[in-house]
Amino acid sequence: MKKITTPLTDAVVKDLKAGDSVLITGIIYTGRDSAHKRLIDALNAKEPMPVDLKGQIIYYVGPAPAKPGYPIGPAGPTTSERMDPYTPALLEYGMKGMIGKGNRTPEVLDALKKYTGVYFAAVGGAAALIAKRIKKCETVAYDDLGPEAVMKLTVEDFPVVVVNDCYGNDLYEEGMKKYRKS
Amino acid sequence: MKEIKYQDIVEAVAKLCIDANCLIGDDIVDAFKSGLKIEESQTGKDILNQLIENVEISKNEMIPACQDTGTAVVFLQIGSGVKIVGGELFDAINAGVAKGYTEGYLRKSIVSDPLRRKNTGNNTPAVIHTEIVPGDELKITVAPKGGGSENMSEVKMLTPAAGWEGIKKFAVDRVMRSKANPCPPILVGVGIGGNFEKVAYLAKKALLRDIGSVHPDPFYAEKEKELLEEINKTGIGPQGFGGRVTALAVFIESYPCHIASMPAAVNINCHAARHKTAVL
Ligand code: SF4
Repeated sequence: MKKITTPLTDAVVKDLKAGDSVLITGIIYTGRDSAHKRLIDALNAKEPMPVDLKGQIIYYVGPAPAKPGYPIGPAGPTTSERMDPYTPALLEYGMKGMIGKGNRTPEVLDALKKYTGVYFAAVGGAAALIAKRIKKCETVAYDDLGPEAVMKLTVEDFPVVVVNDCYGNDLYEEGMKKYRKS
Repeated sequence: MKEIKYQDIVEAVAKLCIDANCLIGDDIVDAFKSGLKIEESQTGKDILNQLIENVEISKNEMIPACQDTGTAVVFLQIGSGVKIVGGELFDAINAGVAKGYTEGYLRKSIVSDPLRRKNTGNNTPAVIHTEIVPGDELKITVAPKGGGSENMSEVKMLTPAAGWEGIKKFAVDRVMRSKANPCPPILVGVGIGGNFEKVAYLAKKALLRDIGSVHPDPFYAEKEKELLEEINKTGIGPQGFGGRVTALAVFIESYPCHIASMPAAVNINCHAARHKTAVL
């Protein structure tokens, strides 16, 4: 089990290999389709970014509402492929990591190598457990998007697994090959 | 004629929505535990343990096990001797869904139009399936269904010549292409027969069974076992990280069909397999 803290440096990213179980502590940001579209529009228009994503991790999540007394509702990962078209530009900008579930496009995997980034998966459906590792949650951009707004999460020992590292390794491919029969 | 009150249906449906999402069945937890015995991958075992802990937290705190609390799919068995008083049946179902999703802090994931995509704000309307049966009871099953696994489902119009081998190939291939997206370990509902629209319904209905229940027809019971073994040879494993436990169960539902056709449907369900029933 490796422990890392955000923001991530290239040295930290280079130390992560596909298959590693990792616990993340620090700040991570949330973002889904609509927020990604706006971030990319801001980048293209050379407008200032509403949050500084350099060195940071984006978590693809759409939590359930929080019960009174909870910082956040159940918050497991959503399917990453919907964010694929926006991801290479964000990695080029300086974002270092993403947390989601499911395969990424070859363009994203190339960008991970080129810009030294990492793609983690959180356990899909383990939303109640994951929420326990989120200590604080505040909306920091695109308030009008409601549950799709960008939120700043303070996490402690947030459990993930490295799927794609910056060397081109892919846990989904390699893991399946290893256990495939016939 | 037995009279059933509108408000009683509303309350029952609201409770079923909350319970289905927060009280995952013991059959699922037992299947995670049996999975631990056969899983060879350490990461796979870690995940199964996390899923067991997740269900515990969800139950103890009455919070949803998964944040995607789904489309509210409602199956109704309406006794022919039942009369609803005080309002319309479908209105009562939708009012119950709205109440359950709001008061239970469940996520509202429904948009009013597939292209214009505005959230309805209370997870209505439900997808409602009805069946008229003899008797004077109303049986309501609420089966919330997540988007990630639903998106990995498919209908295929096979020819009779394709036979069981064709169905097996279609189902295994569907699972292979789904990989990590439906959050494996998964449950696989397979519909065979009927026609184009009926077969999708069969596959969905198959998912209402509990893990461990044996198909009443030994022919299909055997097929379910065979298909489960095939799927678990893919190596996809828990969360697609590689391993033995890709699926926890396969359920088949069949129906007579036309001499020229053999429709097949695969409805993938995730381990957050939710369904709760009440009888009024
Ligand atoms: S596929 Fe199932 S377990 Fe995974 S996020 Fe969707 S509802 Fe939850």
